[in-house]
Order: sequence, then structure tokens, then C-alpha cells
Amino acid sequence: MSGDLAAAAQLPQVRRTFPPVAPLTVCSLALVVIGGILMASYVPRQPPLTIPAALTAVSAALTLTAGLLLSRLEQFAWPRFFLAFRWALLAYVISAGVIGFAFVRDHTRGTPLALVIVMLVIFALDVPLVIAFTVARYSSPPHSAY
Amino acid sequence: MTDIGNIRAGTAEAAAGPPRAQVQVVPLRGLPIVAAVVVFVIASIAGNWLWALTFCHVVGGALWTAIDLFVGLIVGPILGRLSIPARAEFTARFMPKMVLLMPTLVLMTLAAGFQLALREGNLAPGSPNHAWLIASFCVVGVMAVIALGVLEPANITVLVEMRKRQPDGEVIALLMRRFIYTAGITGLMQVATLIIMTRVATQ
Repeated sequence: MSGDLAAAAQLPQVRRTFPPVAPLTVCSLALVVIGGILMASYVPRQPPLTIPAALTAVSAALTLTAGLLLSRLEQFAWPRFFLAFRWALLAYVISAGVIGFAFVRDHTRGTPLALVIVMLVIFALDVPLVIAFTVARYSSPPHSAY
Repeated sequence: MTDIGNIRAGTAEAAAGPPRAQVQVVPLRGLPIVAAVVVFVIASIAGNWLWALTFCHVVGGALWTAIDLFVGLIVGPILGRLSIPARAEFTARFMPKMVLLMPTLVLMTLAAGFQLALREGNLAPGSPNHAWLIASFCVVGVMAVIALGVLEPANITVLVEMRKRQPDGEVIALLMRRFIYTAGITGLMQVATLIIMTRVATQ
């Protein structure tokens, strides 16, 4: 096992295989975007929540799965991942905050607002996750030959 | 080691060669401008101020569409035909600007546009523009997933790679191809946005 990891660390970054963190995260992002469009298309009326809630639940599950797969990586450029994640998170929390503000300003309240906030939290996590993962997957892990 | 790596490493070491440009992933000097734009957008929404909302939506949307079309359909194909050192040099200067510019324009256009649609009653179910706006949400949704999930990570990774002492040309070539194709797709989708928005403005 440790031999496999050492061998993996010696491969050029472009040829190393990784678990499908980026595709899962992009699918999760697509689901919250669809849910967001459904919610936005009903503003200022009360939207039906079943489909957006289901989309949000699946999206959250995909993000959690991506996070779990990511956390199990051993030969990975974690310092670079966290550096990119921190700054991207700051940028997308601001972005999500402005979108959330538009919904609050337009009198979205109660359960629909809670659902929008959960969607925005997933959005604000997904984008930094996919950016940081892409940056780190092409970077050399600490103490590797590259 | 691939082409760009060799060229760049060689350039860094050769005293006679041109100095290697320092790649900055996020141009820090642009951040105050971004902050000012975000504050202006928030103030426009909070005040429900027609002129400011229209300004943010029209200016942001025009720049977003024009830049997407220009980069996707003009710059992208030219970039794909440049020599690798020329492509690397162009990328090092062009990409950092895009990292700040595009998310700011997208935020400005969408946030102001949504508020404007509500204010003008275009989102009401009885409005003739309702269906067109939902179509525009769908187009923007597809573009957002491509831009945020594929294009931006590729853009930032290329910049991070170029900051390394020995950038991996294979990685840069792979991600630049991804950037060029996705910029082309979002550029074409902007044509749909133009059709929808001109319909909305003239109904």
C-alpha cells in the first residue's frame, strides 16, 4: 500500500488518477443552480418546495461525497489546496451573500429563504472546492520528487 | 519535461534571455475596484434605484457578453495557433485580469438584472417577458456551471502552474485547451442571451 502511494507520488501530475471529486462537485453545483432557477422563477410568489428541496438534498450528498473522497487522499498537495480554497471561499461567500441579499430584499421569508440559504452555502462551498482541487491535483505533494 | 517547462527554465537561467514575467494569480491592485463595484450593486438593490440597476445590468451584461464572444470566438482560436512561448507569455498577462473581471461582471449583471426584472414586473406570471426571463435563467445557469466548474478552475490552475520555477507544459497545454473550448461554448451561448434580452426589451 505504501509502495503504491510512493509510486503514485512519482508520476507526473497530469497522469495521476484521482477520485471523481471535480465531476461530483460540478454535478452538485449544477443541481443547486437548477434549484435556484426554480426558486427564482417563482419570485415574488411562494414557490413549490418539493423539487428544489430534493435537488438541494442530492446536491448536498454529492458535495459530502466529494469531500469524503478528497479527505481520503494521502499523496496530495494539501497546503496548496487549502491556500486556494481559503481565498476562493472568501470570494464566493461574498458572491453568495449578494445573491442572498437580493432574495431577502425581495421579501423571501420562512422555509423558501432557508432553502435558498442552504443552496447558497452549497454554492459557496462547491466552487472553491472544485477550484482548489483542480489547482492541487496538478501540484506536487510535499516531499515528492516533482 | 515539456516545451514550456524547457523554454521557461531555460529563460530563467539564461542571462541573455528576456526576464521571466512574475505571474500574479489575483491582481491585488484591482481589488478596490471590485469592492467598489460590489458596494454599488448592493446599494442599487437596497435602494431599488432604477437608473443604478439599469446601469449595472446593461453595462455589466454588455461587457460580459462582448468579452465572452470576443475571447471565445476571436482570441481563443488565435491563442490555439500561437507558438507555446507566445501562448505562455500572453496567458501570464491575460488570465489574471480575467480572474477578477469576469466574476465581477457576472455578479453585477445577474444581481442587478434580477432586481430590475422584479421592479419592472417582468417576473410576474402574467408578463409577456416571464417565459423569456426563465429561458435566460436557464442559459445563464448552463454558462455559470461551465464557467465556475470548468473554466475558472482551469484558468487559476494555469496561473498557479506558471508561478512554479519549472512549470509543467503538459499541464498548461491540457488546461489551456479546456479554457479555449469552454470559452468558445460560453461565447456561443451568449448569442442566445442577446436574442432573449433584445426580445425582453422590445415586447
